[in-house]
Amino acid sequence: MTDAKSAAPPKADGLLSRLSRGRATKPGEIYGVPGQGNTLWLSAVSIALFLFIWWLVTAMGWVKPLFVPSPMAIVSKFIQIWNNGFTGTPFLEHVMISTVRVFGAFLLACVIGLPLGLAMGMSPAVRGIFDPPIEFYRPIPPLAYLPLMIIWFGIGETSKILLIFLSVFAPVVLGARSGVKSAAIEQIHAAYSFGATRWQVMRHVIMPSALPEILTAMRIGIGFGWTTLVAAEMVAATKGLGYMVLSASQFLQTPVVIMGIFVIAIIAFAFDLLMRFLERRLVPWKGRM
Amino acid sequence: MRLNIKNVSVVFPATGGRPPVEALSRINLAIEDEEFVVALGASGCGKSTLLNLIAGFLAPSSGDLTLDAAPVAGPGADRAVVFQKHALLPWLDVLDNVALGLKIQGVGAAQRHETANRFIELLGLDGFQKSPVYMLSGGMQQRVGIARALTCDPKILLMDEPLGALDALTRERAQELILNIWNDTHKSIFFITHSVEEALFMGTKLIVMSPRPGRITHTFDLPFSKKFLAGEPARQVKASADFIRLREEVLKIIFADEEEAVA
Repeated sequence: MTDAKSAAPPKADGLLSRLSRGRATKPGEIYGVPGQGNTLWLSAVSIALFLFIWWLVTAMGWVKPLFVPSPMAIVSKFIQIWNNGFTGTPFLEHVMISTVRVFGAFLLACVIGLPLGLAMGMSPAVRGIFDPPIEFYRPIPPLAYLPLMIIWFGIGETSKILLIFLSVFAPVVLGARSGVKSAAIEQIHAAYSFGATRWQVMRHVIMPSALPEILTAMRIGIGFGWTTLVAAEMVAATKGLGYMVLSASQFLQTPVVIMGIFVIAIIAFAFDLLMRFLERRLVPWKGRM
Repeated sequence: MRLNIKNVSVVFPATGGRPPVEALSRINLAIEDEEFVVALGASGCGKSTLLNLIAGFLAPSSGDLTLDAAPVAGPGADRAVVFQKHALLPWLDVLDNVALGLKIQGVGAAQRHETANRFIELLGLDGFQKSPVYMLSGGMQQRVGIARALTCDPKILLMDEPLGALDALTRERAQELILNIWNDTHKSIFFITHSVEEALFMGTKLIVMSPRPGRITHTFDLPFSKKFLAGEPARQVKASADFIRLREEVLKIIFADEEEAVA
């Protein structure tokens, strides 16, 4: 009995309980901040590990190249398509046309969506009118209304860009709308007490304070745009990265599919890095007051 | 300048089954030129409601509110507000924060920066013109807020617990600073605080308010700020027998209100 009793406390202080407890931080860090710490090294290791396993699985012949081609096969496919093009169109033209579609739709969504979102945040009338249609279509997968787009707008560029536009539009509108609420009531009152008009309060207080949320909404929006690209290029496209991936998959050209996925991911990631850079430059005060 | 509050009541309408609340009941108060009126009272006594009325953020349910015989209807640049916190614009540097009021009124860049610089110097913020406001300490941020309120040459400054978020030492320095500014600019001030010591030290007139319904129950004329401005050290003023006696008297009134609220 006494033995069991004396054995109990060290057991309670075992590995599990030590891991689940908060540890003291290093100087310069703040105790208890969730998820603090640099992740660059771990990310690099994670990528290297992923590539290594990929290489190992293919080099050892554990899976057939039809299912998972080797990394080298992807690179050589990339070089081949870079030099000779894909289905008679130069590689960069595929990239170009998809980029134009996504960014064209993105710009359009920002130009229309940001003012609309701000107006919805500012005016109950505008909110009352536009809230139902946006909330109605927002959760519907673009593939579901793709046939309608084709029936209404044909198989040309319009329906493709419109499909991407719709997927970007909702998050951008909602971001701008909730951004309106970011300004502290004291900031708004301060401007009014200087005799500001409603428009001046909007211009000098509400719009700048909404900027962090607007930038976040734009980042989320462009993500949706790339997600919808492949669906949009299902519609009678003969060019574009989505088209490239789709038609390659129909001919079981797995290396092209994977290569196309990587190209889309790299472009999207590069743009996200640009947006993060802009965020640091434009709103260094984010979350600090 | 004469701000006149006559028989003003504010009733918040009934919401969700709760009866209507009389936040302010038949308030009578006049604020004259160069007066420093301090409002003190238990929580829920309507101090902030009164300030919001004067600022024009809130319309009275009944009664008259006039500034130089003109009725107060909505906010205006003749009544500048200094808030407790969160009122600066973090995307602007110190200079542009101070110049905000002038910018809203359409004053050109060169002239508004010149005026702003004058008040930046007055508040001891020289050299920080280009600093981002979110990098400043709480005490400096509050000085930016006061400088900003002064730029538009208001008739009266409305201060809603402006020193409430500061640490004790910074707070005493800020009290002295505000008194000196008041002495230099001859502005009228309406000042809300929770600190009895601060109220007695700073005001020329003290109104003590009581909750349910919010009303003014006591009014005192205060000599202490004049003593400080005449050269007596602040701590000496606050430690004098007169000061302590009045402090205890006012505390007794407020504690009685608080106990009534609990009972």
